[in-house]
Amino acid sequence: MGTSEQRSVGAVTPQKAGFLEPLILKAGKTLAAYELVYETYGTLNADRSNAILVCHALSGGHHVAGHYVDDPKKIGWWDNMIGPGKAIDTDRFFVIGVNNLGGCHGSTGPTSIDRATGQPYGAGFPLVTVEDWVASQARLMDRLGIEKLAGVIGGSLGGMQALQWTITYPERIRHAFVIAAAPKLSTQNIAFNDVARQAIVQDPDFHGGNFYAHGKVPARGLKLARMLGHITYLSEDLLGEKFGRETKGEGYAFNYDVEFEIESYLRYQGDKFAQVFDANTYLIMTKALDYFDPAKESGGDLAKALAPAKAGFFVASFSSDWRFPAARSREIVRALVAGKKRVTYAEIDAPHGHDAFLLDDVHYHKIVAAYADNVAAEIGLGSRAGALVIGGTELEEMKGYGGKEGGGE
Amino acid sequence: MSPSQQRYDFELISSWIPENARVLDLGCGDGTLLAGLAATQRVVGYGVEIDPAGVLASVANGVDVIQLDLETGLSTFGDGEFDFVILSQTLQAMKNTEKVLHEMLRVGRQGIVTFPNFGYWKHRLDIAMGHMPVSKTLPYQWYDTPNIHLCTVKDFEDLCVKVGAEILDERVITGGRQVNFMPNLLGDLAVFRFKRK
Repeated sequence: MGTSEQRSVGAVTPQKAGFLEPLILKAGKTLAAYELVYETYGTLNADRSNAILVCHALSGGHHVAGHYVDDPKKIGWWDNMIGPGKAIDTDRFFVIGVNNLGGCHGSTGPTSIDRATGQPYGAGFPLVTVEDWVASQARLMDRLGIEKLAGVIGGSLGGMQALQWTITYPERIRHAFVIAAAPKLSTQNIAFNDVARQAIVQDPDFHGGNFYAHGKVPARGLKLARMLGHITYLSEDLLGEKFGRETKGEGYAFNYDVEFEIESYLRYQGDKFAQVFDANTYLIMTKALDYFDPAKESGGDLAKALAPAKAGFFVASFSSDWRFPAARSREIVRALVAGKKRVTYAEIDAPHGHDAFLLDDVHYHKIVAAYADNVAAEIGLGSRAGALVIGGTELEEMKGYGGKEGGGE
Repeated sequence: MSPSQQRYDFELISSWIPENARVLDLGCGDGTLLAGLAATQRVVGYGVEIDPAGVLASVANGVDVIQLDLETGLSTFGDGEFDFVILSQTLQAMKNTEKVLHEMLRVGRQGIVTFPNFGYWKHRLDIAMGHMPVSKTLPYQWYDTPNIHLCTVKDFEDLCVKVGAEILDERVITGGRQVNFMPNLLGDLAVFRFKRK
């Protein structure tokens, strides 16, 4: 059995690519220059055909797999899926993680200095969309000399980007892995997002988004936004199973302090998040989610919107995901079938809710691995060298589910 | 259902399907039929399977598979989207048999159904001896069977009339050989091809 360390891509170093060609955004504004932070794992092959791009979800970043030399505990958010022998096998694929524009992990975003003013963009950072992200990612692929991606993979908001790739750049993507996603948000999704945003913008420390200049962080609002989000990313059953109605002390205290275990957990998660994430980025990312609707320009006809796509599709949903339920993924499948596209759809029975896409579900990893193996075969990358590795463990030795805390939408 | 029996109806099905046809294989199992049709006839289409192990095996076999419960209908598929819709040795395990036939007629130009013939003489003999049949085509004990809607060749003919299906081809086979004499008595596996009237 390989240890977690042996089965990881190991120590990784983020890289930065600067772009001087202006990017015209869907919102009508232009980013004159920008930078994208990214990481790569595995080796790009001679004909540059083995690259897989990983698109991040709402709170994700470029650090997808491995760890940092100076911070060994900072493990990539999809490390259980990506690495040597894992479902997305870096012994054969060259995997790229990227931080999106508007993010707060190094790519140009609200915390970056606006060259025009010498100050952080703050509220002045333009709203970016899934289409803008895909356009910027395509330029990064140009920079890396990758004309055609073997795959684009993402969960949730990342899945939406994978879907958009097939529409915008049909010639540049062989396969799209669209996981726990939807063709557009539901009204309820948008409602949740707006409550989260209101929590942030109404925090007195928000200062209209220019809190950097005031030396403040709207941590209370960000914490509330994350607490709300976190609830929606987990299933009711899982929450009940994990926390029940357990209280910290014996009996009720009859006050508003932390009493129930779930309160303690959510507040801890919220605080932790507020320390590392930028409030403006949270607003931008949730808006990008709200705006995503590729069928809008086709009068709501998703099949028509997907007509240009030439990719093969792997679509997966999770039975207990109520934020992005299976029915939403089936809408994508229906549109692809109507358009005579190649599509495989798996409805994975998992108890964890939306966050299941980040966890070590054996069947889920097996089926992603099987599909990825087909992609590898299609481009002549050979077959898997050994047993499938899930998380840090070879499959023969997997027992039940492991798991870590997820990152959500 | 034993693998050898499966192959007998697969052979017949393959002989009916032209090159480049669009095919939907309902209850595709591990995708063997579609993988074969894709290799020999360049057929395109999808398998439909509810069982996670079958879905995984289909992906491993390079088949485009869609995980769906047939009982909930085929709303994922539009009217007349397929040249052929196949239901191979799955009919007898369906709760809503009539509905699935209607759906097959809706999404496909032709349908192909195969099922174990309950009218087979050995099955009749088992019943006559006071037992539920157990055979190559019905390899389950009564208390441990997925088969809930068993029928005979004649019963299926009647159902075709009821759902408005015109039978184009009707074969009954035993041990891989076609049975032409008293098929409802002497055949253990029925294979029907039909279209909407």
